[in-house]
Amino acid sequence: MKWWRRGGWVPALLVVAGLGWWYVASGGQPAAAPAQRAADAAALRDPALIARGEYLATLGDCAACHTAQGGQRYAGGRSLGTPFGEVPAPNITPDPDTGIGAWSFDDFWRALHEGKGRQGELLYPVFSYTSFTKVSRDDALAIFAYLKSLPPVQRPDAELGLDFPYNVRSSLVAWRALYFKPGEFKPDPAKSPAWNRGAYLVQGLGHCNECHTTRDSLGGIEPDRHLTGGQIPQLGWYAPDLSMQAGGGLDGWRAQDIVDLLKTGQSAKGTAFGPMADVVRLSTQHMSDADLQAVATYLQSLPPRAQPASAPFSPAASHERGGQLYAQRCADCHGKDGRGVAGVYPPLDGNTSVTEPTGINAIRSVLLGGFAPATAGNPQPYSMPPFAQSLSDADVAAVVGYIRQSWSNRAAAVQPADVGNYRHTPVD
Amino acid sequence: MNSFVSLCRRLRGQAPRAAFALLALGIGSAAMAATQAGAVPGVPDTMQQRVAACASCHGAHGEGSANDVAIPRLAGKPAGYLLQQLEYFQSGQRRHAPMEYVVRQLSPAYLRDIAAYFAQQDVPYRRQPVPAVSAETLRRGEQLVLRGDSTRGVPSCVSCHGDRLTGVEPMMPGLMGLSYDYLTTQLVSWRTRQRAAEGPYCMGVVANRMRESDIAAVSAWLAGQEPPADMHPVPASAHTEPLPGWCVMGKSGAGQ
Repeated sequence: MKWWRRGGWVPALLVVAGLGWWYVASGGQPAAAPAQRAADAAALRDPALIARGEYLATLGDCAACHTAQGGQRYAGGRSLGTPFGEVPAPNITPDPDTGIGAWSFDDFWRALHEGKGRQGELLYPVFSYTSFTKVSRDDALAIFAYLKSLPPVQRPDAELGLDFPYNVRSSLVAWRALYFKPGEFKPDPAKSPAWNRGAYLVQGLGHCNECHTTRDSLGGIEPDRHLTGGQIPQLGWYAPDLSMQAGGGLDGWRAQDIVDLLKTGQSAKGTAFGPMADVVRLSTQHMSDADLQAVATYLQSLPPRAQPASAPFSPAASHERGGQLYAQRCADCHGKDGRGVAGVYPPLDGNTSVTEPTGINAIRSVLLGGFAPATAGNPQPYSMPPFAQSLSDADVAAVVGYIRQSWSNRAAAVQPADVGNYRHTPVD
Repeated sequence: MNSFVSLCRRLRGQAPRAAFALLALGIGSAAMAATQAGAVPGVPDTMQQRVAACASCHGAHGEGSANDVAIPRLAGKPAGYLLQQLEYFQSGQRRHAPMEYVVRQLSPAYLRDIAAYFAQQDVPYRRQPVPAVSAETLRRGEQLVLRGDSTRGVPSCVSCHGDRLTGVEPMMPGLMGLSYDYLTTQLVSWRTRQRAAEGPYCMGVVANRMRESDIAAVSAWLAGQEPPADMHPVPASAHTEPLPGWCVMGKSGAGQ
């Protein structure tokens, strides 16, 4: 990925290292008092707390990373790819030797809130503590109680697969100084309870920003890019901008469309696929209606985005070829007018996943096809055929260019070489 | 031996349950169709329409691909077998990236629906292209398929896959109507654990006892057979073949 230039880390690391040491030395939260610890321990066995923790762990989608393909839930082992190497997600079942069986709530709170391991070691931010730091202490306790209630699974964690210098944990001092500010979510009294709940879920437990933003060359997120969309490192998908106002990725969406997509996997405006299909299937379909509405309320408040200067638009040379392919292969389901079929096949006209800046999502969808996520609200989803076997790079580029430049869509065309880059099938 | 017997008992025990599950499924699907039918004009509310992603490779009715002999037929295979393979692709026990990707978002209930749909399809078989192999190779293939090779501890194919090699309900797949390329690929996958099974690892053991030339011989002979008129898997109760005395999962084969 060309935007990910590794060369920049050396001077940046040197410049901020000193600042980082100062920051860590002067920061930190006081540990809980002994009385608090005793109260926490007693509370952990409360079935109501455990049930709430299960719901919250589902909202946080902890299982998505902390479960290997075909593995036991929460027993870790999924290898998480980053531009700096592979990080295996650890076992978070309460096994005393290989999981979190020996952890106290203070240990768990420090991991979630401060990004530090049980021995005080700095955790790699592939564990999204940059978001989880906003989770309240009450919610963290509930999640911890739930994890402690799981059957323990003995499964030792795999070795880190990070490259030098990222395998040296102290390199994180500098990173944290630049990109991490611990602190619980502070409600805004000027806003509605629904807005505050939505902001808390989106910014904190839901950790939406970890994908839906652009990361810089050190893997950090700049605050002013909150939910403005970005390419997901290593996965090869684009997580779109989430603003519902003018110029935003979800311009034209209604609150109900957000609720529908998160609850069922599809809405009148689009269908969840790729990593977002995982998120819907494992996490958001289980959200309460009130929480779904709260998320929509918060997203509605994201500001309008700057409109790109309107350049003179002319379709790609392959537009005619793309149109022929579209008529043969796509129009039966998505319609000649690109409007799709409500509730079954997503519209392509005005679909942010079609027009997102990179074209990656449209390329991947054409190559991979696949099913919308099976959810309680859509138990037998319809599917799209994969075209990787039958279309050349040039043909995929032509048809993707066509849908990005037809109807009201005015996105850049894609090149056959772009298609070649995404031909591999993503698996765990 | 004992584990094989218990496996067979378990499989036979599943037959009534599988039938009941299919029946229940039919009722469930009908109920679901009633709630969804007519909701979307112009889009057939059918499994065939829903599984378009499968059809583009495996054919509209799971008849297999005319263009790619490595893509197998699904139509008419035992539902239990198809479901198990879908689950294995989901868990990574059977490796094939495009299949792993396409089943990733599906629920256990929907996987059952899809397996039942393809198991119910009844479409003609097409003859598979057969590589030019020597008469000696075909003789070796026929020997292994029909009688096995006791000197290598390799059981015959018919002892488990049915006398007509059309499979046994509910879990044993048929071997007729599959291409040489698909069959050799699967046997090699068993050897290298690209395919695996939760129960006894019979096929892995058998495939590892075969020589490479045996894999080619068996695949060539199977692919060259005219499929029998009745391609349905035989019911579990009809499969009365006594277990081979040299069951691969006995002392000599267990844990290999």
